[in-house]
Amino acid sequence: MDLRELYQEVILDHGKNPRNHKFPEPHNREARGYNPLCGDKITLRLQLDGDTITDVGFIGQGCAISQASCSTMTQAIKGKTLPEVEALFSKFHTMLTSDEGSDDLEALGKLSVFAGVREFPMRVKCATLGWHTLNQALGDAGDEATTE
Amino acid sequence: MSEVSPVSASRRELFDVQSVREDFPALHQEVHGKPLVYLDSAATSLRPQAVIDAVADVYARDCANIHRAVHLLSQRATARFEEAREKVRSFVNAANKSEVVFTRGTTEAINLVAQSWGRAYLREGDEVLVTELEHHSNIVPWQILCQQTGATLVVVPITDRGEVLAEAFEQELSERTRLVALAHVSNALGTVLPVADLIALAHDRGAVVLLDGAQAVSHVDVDVQALDCDFYAFSGHKLYGPTGIGALYAKERLLESMPPYQGGGDMIRSVTFEETTYNDLPYKFEAGTPNIAGAIGLGAAIDYFASFDAQAVHAHERAVLRYATEALEAVPGVRLIGTAPGKVSVLSFLMDAAHPHDIGTIVDSEGVAIRTGHHCAQPVMEHFGIAATARASLGMYNTTGDVDALVAALHKVQEIFG
Ligand SMILES: Cc1ncc(COP(=O)(O)O)c(C=O)c1O
Repeated sequence: MDLRELYQEVILDHGKNPRNHKFPEPHNREARGYNPLCGDKITLRLQLDGDTITDVGFIGQGCAISQASCSTMTQAIKGKTLPEVEALFSKFHTMLTSDEGSDDLEALGKLSVFAGVREFPMRVKCATLGWHTLNQALGDAGDEATTE
Repeated sequence: MSEVSPVSASRRELFDVQSVREDFPALHQEVHGKPLVYLDSAATSLRPQAVIDAVADVYARDCANIHRAVHLLSQRATARFEEAREKVRSFVNAANKSEVVFTRGTTEAINLVAQSWGRAYLREGDEVLVTELEHHSNIVPWQILCQQTGATLVVVPITDRGEVLAEAFEQELSERTRLVALAHVSNALGTVLPVADLIALAHDRGAVVLLDGAQAVSHVDVDVQALDCDFYAFSGHKLYGPTGIGALYAKERLLESMPPYQGGGDMIRSVTFEETTYNDLPYKFEAGTPNIAGAIGLGAAIDYFASFDAQAVHAHERAVLRYATEALEAVPGVRLIGTAPGKVSVLSFLMDAAHPHDIGTIVDSEGVAIRTGHHCAQPVMEHFGIAATARASLGMYNTTGDVDALVAALHKVQEIFG
């Protein structure tokens, strides 16, 4: 168990200074995420044009892992299409939860800094909070989104 | 008649934490390659070998159902189960064994009171009074009861040190207050509530008082007759006993007036399809096969605890708490949450550098087990405008060395988070 594997510089940096830490205007999707175990809370808003996420931001509070994960996620998904985002989350999830970890770290780019979380099962939920919230925001993609 | 052995006699006079530590096998292990430093006894305490042996012995030897068969094993199991009840009675100083109901723990004990006493006696417009520092298990059962009966839940606010003041309490009491449910000791803050005063105030208004003693039993003296509380709930697993067992003390007069909580075997005298008559107290409230080994293990935990001078145990814990309070306050960027005078055993804190969850992971990697989160007391977190704290909590086996290990681990947190 190596703490430096978990708390990589990128994670510490994004945890302290989360990127896209504001709500985009305009936006047409919103969801809230909550991890009852540790009290981490985020609100994610994004603009979905066709099937492309053209802008995204979040406000939240929580541990370094959850905030850094949200922050890097917003960077990774901006400008991506829904199928691309889905593929990314699936790879990300595999990296965190499968016994072997990811076989495709390259495809994850900066998100691969979270590979160390796999060794800390109690923290996987922190790293996926943003992604689950994103899924929820995209959930009713056919509907007109509510922003409140 | 068994004689007091010289060993236990000398133990009573002298509290030797190193010899206590020898009694707890779980302390003697490494986690992540480091010696375990266990600072999470408020969540659950570790168990001495005597308790582990007592539970194992039930299954290895006296393995039978109770109150049912004429065979020898059942007689032995029944006798030991009832001896355990007597130990609980003596531990909380109840007047009578029939006032001690075994439950799964504090949570079930509180739910029993809410559903049996509460549903029978609460009406629309009545009030149930709790405080802002309660554990969820002393909030939610009353919310459910209020929904069922139309009664209202009223909350006594706490101060910014985490105290419940008698004046604030009195302000929320009213002619409509039927029941007051209070923590004896707060699990999130360590506050010891001035329960004797609060009980007197509540009784003046004719309200019945339940004390949630989950955090109190191992850290302060409990005498239900001196307190004059009407109900007292606690869990074995926070008193060095097994999980899945606890007890409800209730005044006999109240128990007699209460309908059964659950129906089933053991709680009845006779059953026909036309009519069922219920068993005597406390069996009327113990439907089904109970946690026999758990109750006997709880009895063993009480025996173990009683082999010490309780004042010496409390004094030891107070000394470690004082040491820890000073040590944590000396760590730059650390803020204690819960600073009531006379608090016990709990250090909730925040660090500027890191979120509680990150603190928990980092100190764990140093072998130090603490709890992080809202500690099932979200209203407390809300009062302080925070989502979570890190919490170190003490048991009788903790030392100032454990505190030093925590402080060293917190420095590691600062190193990483810079
Ligand atoms: C103050 C307080 N009340 C109630 C409980 C619930 O106890 P149990 O989970 O053993 O039923 C706890 C345990 O966390 C507690 O600390």
